Amino acid sequence: MLDLTYEAPKAKVIAGAKHDWELVIGMEIHAQVSSNAKLFSGASTAVGAEPNSNVSFVDAAMPGMLPVINEFCVEQAVRTGIGLKARINLFSAFDRKNYFYPDLPQGYQISQLYHPIVGEGEVIVEMGPGVARRVRIERIHLEQDAGKSIHDMDPNNSFVDFNRTGVALMEIVSRPDIRGPEEAAAYVAKLRQILRYLGTCDGDMQHGNLRADVNVSVCRPGDYERYQATQDFGHLGTRCEIKNMNSMRFIQAAIDYEARRQIAILEDGGTVVQETRLYDPDKGETRSMRSKEEAHDYRYFPCPDLLPLEIEQAWVDDIAARMPELPDAKKARFMADYGLTDYDANVLTAELDAAHFFDEVAKGRDGKIAANWVINELFGRLNKEGHSIAESPVSAAQLGGLLDLLGDGTISGKIAKDLFEILYTEGGDPREIVEARGMKQVTDTGAIEAAVDQIIADNPAQVEKAKQNPKLAGWFVGQVMKATGGKANPAAVNDLVTRKLGL
Amino acid sequence: MTANTWTIAAARDALKKGEITATDLTMACLTAMDAGDALGAYVHKTPEIALDQARAADARLAQGDAPAMCGIPLGIKDLFCTKGVPSQAASNILRGFRPEYESTVTTRLFEAGAVMLGKLNMDEFAMGSSNETSCYGPAVNPWRIDDRELTPGGSSGGSAAAVAGDLCLAATGTDTGGSIRQPAAFTGIVGIKPTYGRVSRWGIVAFASSLDQAGPMTKSVRDAAIMLGAMAGHDPKDSTSADIPVPDFEAALTGDIRGKKIGIPREYRIDGMPAEIDALWHRGAEMLRDAGAEIVDISLPHTKYALPAYYVIAPAEASSNLARYDGVRYGHRAKLSHGDGVTEMYEKTRAEGFGHEVQRRVMIGTYVLSAGFYDAYYNRARKVRALIKRDFEQAFAAGVDAILTPATPSAAFGLGEMSQADPIQMYLNDVFTVTVNLAGLPGISVPVGLDGQGLPLGLQLIGRPWEEGDLLNHAYVLERAAGFVAKPQKWW
Repeated sequence: MLDLTYEAPKAKVIAGAKHDWELVIGMEIHAQVSSNAKLFSGASTAVGAEPNSNVSFVDAAMPGMLPVINEFCVEQAVRTGIGLKARINLFSAFDRKNYFYPDLPQGYQISQLYHPIVGEGEVIVEMGPGVARRVRIERIHLEQDAGKSIHDMDPNNSFVDFNRTGVALMEIVSRPDIRGPEEAAAYVAKLRQILRYLGTCDGDMQHGNLRADVNVSVCRPGDYERYQATQDFGHLGTRCEIKNMNSMRFIQAAIDYEARRQIAILEDGGTVVQETRLYDPDKGETRSMRSKEEAHDYRYFPCPDLLPLEIEQAWVDDIAARMPELPDAKKARFMADYGLTDYDANVLTAELDAAHFFDEVAKGRDGKIAANWVINELFGRLNKEGHSIAESPVSAAQLGGLLDLLGDGTISGKIAKDLFEILYTEGGDPREIVEARGMKQVTDTGAIEAAVDQIIADNPAQVEKAKQNPKLAGWFVGQVMKATGGKANPAAVNDLVTRKLGL
Repeated sequence: MTANTWTIAAARDALKKGEITATDLTMACLTAMDAGDALGAYVHKTPEIALDQARAADARLAQGDAPAMCGIPLGIKDLFCTKGVPSQAASNILRGFRPEYESTVTTRLFEAGAVMLGKLNMDEFAMGSSNETSCYGPAVNPWRIDDRELTPGGSSGGSAAAVAGDLCLAATGTDTGGSIRQPAAFTGIVGIKPTYGRVSRWGIVAFASSLDQAGPMTKSVRDAAIMLGAMAGHDPKDSTSADIPVPDFEAALTGDIRGKKIGIPREYRIDGMPAEIDALWHRGAEMLRDAGAEIVDISLPHTKYALPAYYVIAPAEASSNLARYDGVRYGHRAKLSHGDGVTEMYEKTRAEGFGHEVQRRVMIGTYVLSAGFYDAYYNRARKVRALIKRDFEQAFAAGVDAILTPATPSAAFGLGEMSQADPIQMYLNDVFTVTVNLAGLPGISVPVGLDGQGLPLGLQLIGRPWEEGDLLNHAYVLERAAGFVAKPQKWW
């Protein structure tokens, strides 16, 4: 298999009024664990249920209720850790993060502050062919999601929906290794891609199943390298955290705004205040949510209702043995085995369904031709109609059948496009369609010769012109193709026309 | 003598022989319960449930498949959630709360045929040593001196008063720092706190999760063995419940402790300990020696740090466990003024709903967990806790089978007597008992004698983890040797 090697991209530089600045970004991604049941209660995680219908006594924090860990959620976190090449901690433990809010029935969130289940890992974020940022993952921990407060149903009262209360989240914490808004969005996209490949999070950002807290600071060129050399955060600027971003576009816009805001403050001789900020997509700006002084004192302490989580290496190994092929490996294999370009390999591995589809089409066939058909014909058509690959009316087997007919010369390239259209709109077996509708390419020289003779006999004037100007032979080829309904082998027609015209 | 004064063992045998029906036994207890209102033991009576359960028990007895607790009338501490029955931890903040679920312990007891007479008084959220922090007012000790009303102890004060006053055959209690053993000692009954993890905490209102453990409060050691057997066992709904088999505790009561080694920890001989308590302790040791055990002096060097560590850890956990009482979903919610927001709702609800002692502990707990103090208080207390546990482990590793200590530093005190005192005076009641909770060990309080004023005094035996059978056997020997048969003079 091909090992992909990358060069690090350049950090984004923003020119201030006085001098240049660079960005330093770290992210905390909250990814909802794909699981039928909640992290500690066994209640359903189904979406779209009536408010407060997926709520157990544990979720509602009734007196005397106790949490019991959902083993599958632990497995999903371990699988995610393995997928991010991270250390799996055989010993981890749960802590309580205490704060009051009506959508937090227990008055605390059960999380993992001191002993997370997953330690250091990495994500390779490609920024162009051969260029990628290696973003270090600091940790992944499991925690409970909160419920939903609803403030717009009544002028005097707020309401709460606990359906989401207690649903398992993975908080994936990166190191401050991201160096620009585009990288930040690409990091989220890559992480989302990996999680979807793993089946550990559906990545649905619109419904908040994947959301990001973004830490942004700015520094002068050279400072970041000093930080890297010493791991001393003192070389970096004061950071602000932008909470709860659930769109790649907003992430980029918010970072860009926030960096420029900080630069303006610093160039004005001011200091950046460490605080939590919110992004307002309507105004395109961030605004202060709470300062460091107003920050909650969460009074973390080990949750006494849960024993430390101890898992066996053999169990981890078993999960590792059942890992799916991940995006980087798949891309490398597509490039190595099918000879795809970097670009095509990226397109075809972006979504797991598409990659599977392509794999099935390309297996045992010409990978480049398969890629062209999948990307240009199929994806092109699907995109135009707003369909996903899962909704494709043409199956991988059908498209593969088409490629086989094209490959063995049964049909011409032009006929193949007609056949694709038939498959897309009507369906059916490609070979049967070709047989039934007489779409086979004519390679019988006798039949082609007769057609060529007929065209030459009918067009003496054109024959004379062509003898003066051999380029006009193409006109004869076209006429023959037309007369044979496109089924004649173009190469054979070309040969015959050239010979008969004596060119 | 009426049936309400019987032990579980006596009632069990009489029921099996058909000498009494569960219904008649229950009626006797209901009558005693109604006549005992002056003791303030019951905060909610459930006679209909009791009679239904008694009739069902009679049917089972008639079929001959009756388990040990079949037809035995019990009082249930208000800390246990009982389905459809008010369960409010003696707190105003849970006023009107009727759970839709039944705690694992009461479920097990009911499955074993037990009968619930009603819910028993206690200190609010089990925080207190005198039952005086209850929103219902205090339970009163059946024992008294002249006309002076005494505390039955706490937090399981209602349970102790009900058992000692024969308002039931036995009761459930819970023990976080001594809340079973101290009231048992104050009222002349037996109370055992099992090994942490022996009894499920599911459905018991949490005080300090790493310390809380339920146990029986009974009229004899044999009864404690019978009832603990019915309460104990693994519960998948409680992650801290141990998945180990429950032995036949009653079968462990052989009365033979020859060759056993009993440790007397020198650090428990505290300054200002009344001579009577010291003398009782000596007598207890002699009784065990006379039964063939070897008495050895041991050292548990970190004992003196136990009380401060306990009063950091327990409030820390409580401050978090009690955060759920916020007025949002159930229980009390304060009436709000125009313009009040969610913060005012929390503040007013909790100020109105929680009593002073609960508020004090929530504030202490919040403080010791807060940024900048966590290491100095909570983390240090956890380290102390580990050292205390190690002290016991070393004693047991040296061959000690059980440890004998006083159960309390005094006999029952007068109601109201401590209310003006520094809260720490009250906390000192737990000085001999908190170590056992911190170490997760089983501990039992056995009545051994009366003080000069005629009030009961108890001794505590501490056992090896998961060896409640052996511990109960030691207690059984002590009980038989002490021959404690005194009963409070009925005044109510």
